[in-house]
Amino acid sequence: MKKLITTLGVALSLCISASATAKDNVKVGFVYVSPIGEAGWTYTHDVSRQYLEDKFGDKIETTFVESVPEGADAERVITQLAKSRHDLIFTTSFGYMNPTLKVAKRFPNVKFEHATGYKRAKNVSTYFDRIYEGRYLTGVIAGHMSKTDSIGYIAAFPIPEVIRGINAFTLGLRSVKPNAKVKVVWVNSWFDPGKEREAADSLIDQGVDIITQHTDSPAPLQAAEAAGIYAIGYHSDMSGYGKKAHLTAAVHHWDEFYADRVQQVLDDKWQSQDIWKGIGSGMTRLAPLSKDIPSDVVSEVNAISEKIGKGEFHPFTGPIKNQQGELVIEAGKTIDDKTLLGMDFYVEGVEGQLK
Amino acid sequence: MIKLEPRVQRSPAWSYFSPVLAILLTLITGYVVFALLGHDPLNALYTLLIAPVADWYGVTELLVMTIPILLCAYGLALCYRASVWNIGAEGQLLIGGVCASAVAVNFVDSSSAFAMPLTLLAGIAGGMLWAGLAAFMKLRLNTNEILVTIMLNYIAVNVLLWAVHGPLKDPHGYNFPESALFGDSTLLPVLFDGTRLHLGLAFALLALCATWVFISKTFIGFQIQVLGLDASAAKMAGYKRALLITGVLVISGGLAGLAGAGEVAGPIGQLVPQISPGYGYAAIIVAFLGRLHPVGITFAGLLMGLIYMGGELAQINMGLPNAITGIFQGLMLFYLLSCDVLITYRLRFSLPFKQQKAQPIHIAQES
Repeated sequence: MKKLITTLGVALSLCISASATAKDNVKVGFVYVSPIGEAGWTYTHDVSRQYLEDKFGDKIETTFVESVPEGADAERVITQLAKSRHDLIFTTSFGYMNPTLKVAKRFPNVKFEHATGYKRAKNVSTYFDRIYEGRYLTGVIAGHMSKTDSIGYIAAFPIPEVIRGINAFTLGLRSVKPNAKVKVVWVNSWFDPGKEREAADSLIDQGVDIITQHTDSPAPLQAAEAAGIYAIGYHSDMSGYGKKAHLTAAVHHWDEFYADRVQQVLDDKWQSQDIWKGIGSGMTRLAPLSKDIPSDVVSEVNAISEKIGKGEFHPFTGPIKNQQGELVIEAGKTIDDKTLLGMDFYVEGVEGQLK
Repeated sequence: MIKLEPRVQRSPAWSYFSPVLAILLTLITGYVVFALLGHDPLNALYTLLIAPVADWYGVTELLVMTIPILLCAYGLALCYRASVWNIGAEGQLLIGGVCASAVAVNFVDSSSAFAMPLTLLAGIAGGMLWAGLAAFMKLRLNTNEILVTIMLNYIAVNVLLWAVHGPLKDPHGYNFPESALFGDSTLLPVLFDGTRLHLGLAFALLALCATWVFISKTFIGFQIQVLGLDASAAKMAGYKRALLITGVLVISGGLAGLAGAGEVAGPIGQLVPQISPGYGYAAIIVAFLGRLHPVGITFAGLLMGLIYMGGELAQINMGLPNAITGIFQGLMLFYLLSCDVLITYRLRFSLPFKQQKAQPIHIAQES
């Protein structure tokens, strides 16, 4: 009997200490839409997951589930993470938006961070980076490096995020070469190396001398390397796949943001928010620039980057005309976030039809 | 030396034992593979095969996941019994989802009692139409249904993308490719609180019974089987080939369309570009694993769903990469299919140094 009481006592004290020190460690889950691989969107999140492991050491435990389809399966995976005592769950694809909200309702004590969405709740935050700022800079670089003034752009789906990137790139490009053109090819997939390669090859046949992309695989870069032209990567530094071709890449950088959010959970100060930060916060960056880019171009790009970071310059500053030549943004004005979030038109200089 | 010898008759005993043997072999190989990779093999097997259904929520999730696969597979089995090689369940499912959504978005704020039935009927009609196209082309234009149904899958994907980027896009959705969330009156009712198990389960059970009775107890079911086994015998007997082919394709398309409607009006609750992670293709494997029999198909579908869910849990609980789970899934399919050789062949063991006399039956294969 005495033994039983001691056991109970020990168990009870364990329970108490467990609840009192619950904030000593945190369990963080990640849901990925594709395999991690060695480049691309999911890869950038996993790099930051590993950063969290290094930074927080014993205080953190991280889990990830890769290749989770965006349909009915997503909700189950997110539920399983919430059920297995994760404190903070990052769902890193747009298609997880509604599943994340549904699960969040059932698990009010679990915190959720959804990338690229627009719906929030008390325990659901959203976050994304202003990657279009990086796109604008890569457009400026392309303007200086192109000889044919014709750039190929391989794009996944005609959603605002992608269209925004195409437009920002085109504006940057035409700030240097006012008559340059961007040829867009839609591959209707985030990750399809075969299709991306085909699209790149057909663009090269049409005379483009720089290829850029809003897709996940390094296939377009490899096509450029094979054809001996330049390419600009996306999501992560892709230079390993085409040392000569790779001029730079517009990349996401989540390390500090993720670390902040984990720290806030540890401090019990986490709150739902909507984060959309860019170059100023370091969330959007350019991968190291190629040695082929002349130094005056490098300093010009750095200067613009600094201005964007300080909020002195907005890539979407008028006058901006749409494809039909109609003035959309008057001279001196900038586009508001709402229009950026729902962007559904091409600016002047983009070739191809949106609808 | 081990030799394979054809049996005179299919072995009924082995048709039951072969899946058991296959599962045993999978477990043994899996054990060795996990041990070699440095993971606790028993824990890995438990996580893959038992943990997913260790609680009630897991069981309901397994059913949620298998419902669309089973609905497609029951229909495909009818086609395959008639030797009509419908590879198009995926496309029929997608079109079903699109048609259902086209109806459902009109009921977003309505509490009409017709919302759900009309949505489902639209899905069924869409799937039937899509399969009917293949039937028409096979019968009238003499095209090969394998090619036509595969091609129609690609067209269906693009119809879905067009719909979700165009006419069915949520007007308040910031131009993201999604429809509005469907209203409660459209959604399939959930059968048990706290789960996602929906009315689709009833449809799947109904389809199970209906296809079973249809194929084994009705005259038309008999005609379908005769057509599948020997088309000229069916013609001699005066069976209406065109009607039978159209029938199996349209039924199968309707079931796949229902599966698509059940997904958008069930666990997803809206039209999205990714209605199906390939249910229609998985159903082909499930149909054959289940020996084209509705009961066998049910088991095969549950097994497929189970190892898929186990893969997710193995990542969450053990940090096993997705690829290792893929290997395990592949092993299981490999053994299930290869053990079936024992139904039609018999193993002969003989000593290599002993010369055998010429045998009346030629040995088909050596291994």
